[in-house]
Amino acid sequence: MRVKVISRSADEFTRERSNDLQRVSRNYDPNLRTQEKAVEYVRALNAAKLDKVFARPFIGAMDGHVDAISCMAKNPSHLKGVFSGSMDGDIRLWDIASRKTVCQYPGHQGAVRGLSVSTDGRILVSCGSDCTVRLWRVPLASGIESDDSSDSSDKTLASYVWKNAFWAVDHQWEGNLFATAGGSQVDIWDHNRSQPVNSFGWGNDTVISVRFNPGEPNVLATSSSDRSIAIYDLRTSSAAIKVTMTTKTNSIAWNPMEPMNFTAANENCNCYSYDARKLPEAKCVHKDHVSAVMDIDYSPTGREFVTGSYDRTVRIFQYNGGHSREIYHTKRMQRVFCVKFSCDASYVISGSDDTNLRLWKAKASEQLGVILPRERKKHEYMEAVKNRYKHLPEVKRILRHRHLPKPIYKAGLLRRTMADAEKRKEDRRRAHSAPGSMPRKSIRKNKIIQVIE
Amino acid sequence: MEIQHDVSDELEIKVKKYQRGEAADLESLKDKKLKGQLANKEELFKRSANAAAKAEKWLMQTEEGRLEPEGLEKTWRFNQQSIANEVDVASRKNQFDLVLPDLGPYTLDYTSSGRYMLSAGRKGHLSIIDLHSLKPIKDMQVRETVRDAVFLHNELFFAAAQKKYTYIYNRAGTELHCLKEHGAVLKLQFLKNHFLLSSINKSGHLHYQDITTGQMIGNYRSRLGRSDVLQHNPYNSVLASGHSGGTVRMWKPTSQAPLVEMLCHRGPVTAIAFHPNGHLMATAGMDKKLKIWDLRTYKPVQTLPGLAKSIDFSQKGMLATSTGSFVQVLATSDSQDYGRYMIHTMAKGYQINKVLFRPYEDVLGIGHSSGLSSILIPGSGEPNFDSWVANPYETVKQRREKEVRVLLDKLPPESIMLDPTQIGNLRNSRKKEKPTKEETEAEKEAAVAAAKNVSIKKKTKGRSKPSKVARKKQEGIEQAKRSFVEQNEDGVMKKKQKRVTDTSDLPIALQPFVSRKAT
Repeated sequence: MRVKVISRSADEFTRERSNDLQRVSRNYDPNLRTQEKAVEYVRALNAAKLDKVFARPFIGAMDGHVDAISCMAKNPSHLKGVFSGSMDGDIRLWDIASRKTVCQYPGHQGAVRGLSVSTDGRILVSCGSDCTVRLWRVPLASGIESDDSSDSSDKTLASYVWKNAFWAVDHQWEGNLFATAGGSQVDIWDHNRSQPVNSFGWGNDTVISVRFNPGEPNVLATSSSDRSIAIYDLRTSSAAIKVTMTTKTNSIAWNPMEPMNFTAANENCNCYSYDARKLPEAKCVHKDHVSAVMDIDYSPTGREFVTGSYDRTVRIFQYNGGHSREIYHTKRMQRVFCVKFSCDASYVISGSDDTNLRLWKAKASEQLGVILPRERKKHEYMEAVKNRYKHLPEVKRILRHRHLPKPIYKAGLLRRTMADAEKRKEDRRRAHSAPGSMPRKSIRKNKIIQVIE
Repeated sequence: MEIQHDVSDELEIKVKKYQRGEAADLESLKDKKLKGQLANKEELFKRSANAAAKAEKWLMQTEEGRLEPEGLEKTWRFNQQSIANEVDVASRKNQFDLVLPDLGPYTLDYTSSGRYMLSAGRKGHLSIIDLHSLKPIKDMQVRETVRDAVFLHNELFFAAAQKKYTYIYNRAGTELHCLKEHGAVLKLQFLKNHFLLSSINKSGHLHYQDITTGQMIGNYRSRLGRSDVLQHNPYNSVLASGHSGGTVRMWKPTSQAPLVEMLCHRGPVTAIAFHPNGHLMATAGMDKKLKIWDLRTYKPVQTLPGLAKSIDFSQKGMLATSTGSFVQVLATSDSQDYGRYMIHTMAKGYQINKVLFRPYEDVLGIGHSSGLSSILIPGSGEPNFDSWVANPYETVKQRREKEVRVLLDKLPPESIMLDPTQIGNLRNSRKKEKPTKEETEAEKEAAVAAAKNVSIKKKTKGRSKPSKVARKKQEGIEQAKRSFVEQNEDGVMKKKQKRVTDTSDLPIALQPFVSRKAT
């Protein structure tokens, strides 16, 4: 006969000294943990509630400008630095960590309309309604310290005067060129030339925004006030393709991880994501704003983008999501004219009519600061269970809920009513017309009038 | 080569334990994207199950107990004395007899880690014993009948069903609450995931009380008279009550009607026990039968003869039964059938009140008319505990942390259901695939067209007159149309008939209660 019974000695399962860690033994047998799914569901619910509790996205406002902020630029080689330009011609460099002005660049006579930084982070290009393009020297990252002297002589590199007022500027991702939009044309400039090296035009209307493609240095997209988006290639003499829509595009952003895709921020409260290779149809329509979308910027991850709107809110969208993931607003924030995602994808900066730059967290309930591995694992687990049970009504309700300012909520309701009415009317028209004479047009196509190549 | 094969087989069995059921069938999916995502997920599940199975070797160090007969020896021939001679000193300490002849019969309960034992004598003797040191933590006399006692979520609190009311005490013996609403309780059960104290009282009322908030969650009448058989299923926290008519009812706290009502015995039910995996239920009745039921089909898988006053399943699936002063332990070998594994006889005249396996030990606790006993049953307990589930070597700090953790994970009473894996799943659509109007219309047209095209045979003179042929064709068309209408009606008729005949599909144990439910 062989007999064996379970026999444990306490020494194996308890610690030897009081400053040792407690011993842990694991057994992953599902029979020991009953009702796993119910427990996970409760954890998901708790995680969703905690998310709401800790959702404090606003970090702080950066005060200093005396007029509305019209444009911003981030420094690709320096994480903390952000440039902002205002309607009174003031350009400032901000240190995001301390939320203070590092230096100012006086010089512009009218509003600053566009700001852009070269890829090496040495040169800042600005343009404005005073018909000048100015190149500035950016202080080195190591030497950044608060310096309030407005002595501009050591900062100015060049100042070029041109025929028309400028609306936007963008620097090439790799290379020495930058493009300005102004009048009815796009001008391509070199750092060292006082006149544009090249000019493109298509039609007579003002070009209002320009953005270089992050993957292909010679490709750029512009939008103009004749409601069109045009894509140019610097190696050819004319535009490659032009789409005309029923609404004006205020700003364009290329997806940095999928450089063939770009998203246009439109006057009709929507954003349209396009594949530059297949223009007759938008890839996705992002709805939620209740007033014109003024600016858009992609996260460096390419998975989401931020938009600022005339309705005084900032929203964050998934690159493929029809509705916003997040909405940010404060009582004091006025019309948002420019937004930027920080280069580490964890902050969002908005500049608005009320002369302030505002700093937001990209994930509203994210914990800032150093997170120890165990805590991070816990966060990851919570995220996973939340994701697993997000379709259940209770969890969904909590995760979706956002407090909206009353005017925006009301405007949203009104917009929905209008859209419903329009749809109803169209349905009735369709029902009373000859079958097939009024084909249904997809929402991704129906704002596009024509595509010219 | 052979050895390698064996190892892979062994691993496969282990992996199966962690896979939690079959993988989803992805072949029928049409959505390619979804299919890809789900396939990735299945791959992940497979990998994690494999990892868990491989880690077993390193994580689960304690060896399982066993009793291996050699030659013609039989396991049930070994008595406690012979086992005691073979095992180590520490395990021998688990064999003991507490002779307390005055205040019995005794009932007992263990904490989920198996470290503490609560014993309650019928005549008011309550005590908590630390089974590691074998020292009593608290010994008290409430001078009142105590019918049952259970630990709450840890060893600090316990509930005792006394003569008139149920009381909650702490470890020091201080009365914390008097639960008057429960009435004169006969049997208590604590659902530790939900923090629900449930009881059945003298008049057959079932109560569920949330002990964190004090809220009474459910109060249901069984209407089947007095019963002192109540047991919860650890797999899904459903309560089962056994009644004098031989029926067993399963309850959840959120519905007045029982979830399941089944006829198990031809006589009063005396005891119920659940296998830890939740698929097997054992019931014992006054009809001198012990039945083991499969809860997925509600059919008995085995019927054994013999009277049993108290039964209990161990963590490894052994079944202990007691009658009079005799304890029998049944176990399964590779086949499904339970067979005799060990027997134990108490001193003559002892009436066993309750048998209960101690978690994470090879020990069976026995409460009887003159005290408490504890015997060794090799191979009954789970050898490896998980510190985050139940830790026998828990320190005070760990206990406090665990209390917070389990309170955060406290389940709502709605999560008690027969199949707990349903949570988070989609409900099956109840609508049957009906042919659309267009489809039926098209079918009808086709049938009519077919009827029109039927060529009619030439018959004898006078029968194939054009008028008759035309009439016949018309009749054929009418027939085709009519059959279509009838078919629809037939469909409805068939459905109605099916509902009536549904009874025959049910297992026999559930049949007597179907007609009553329908009315």
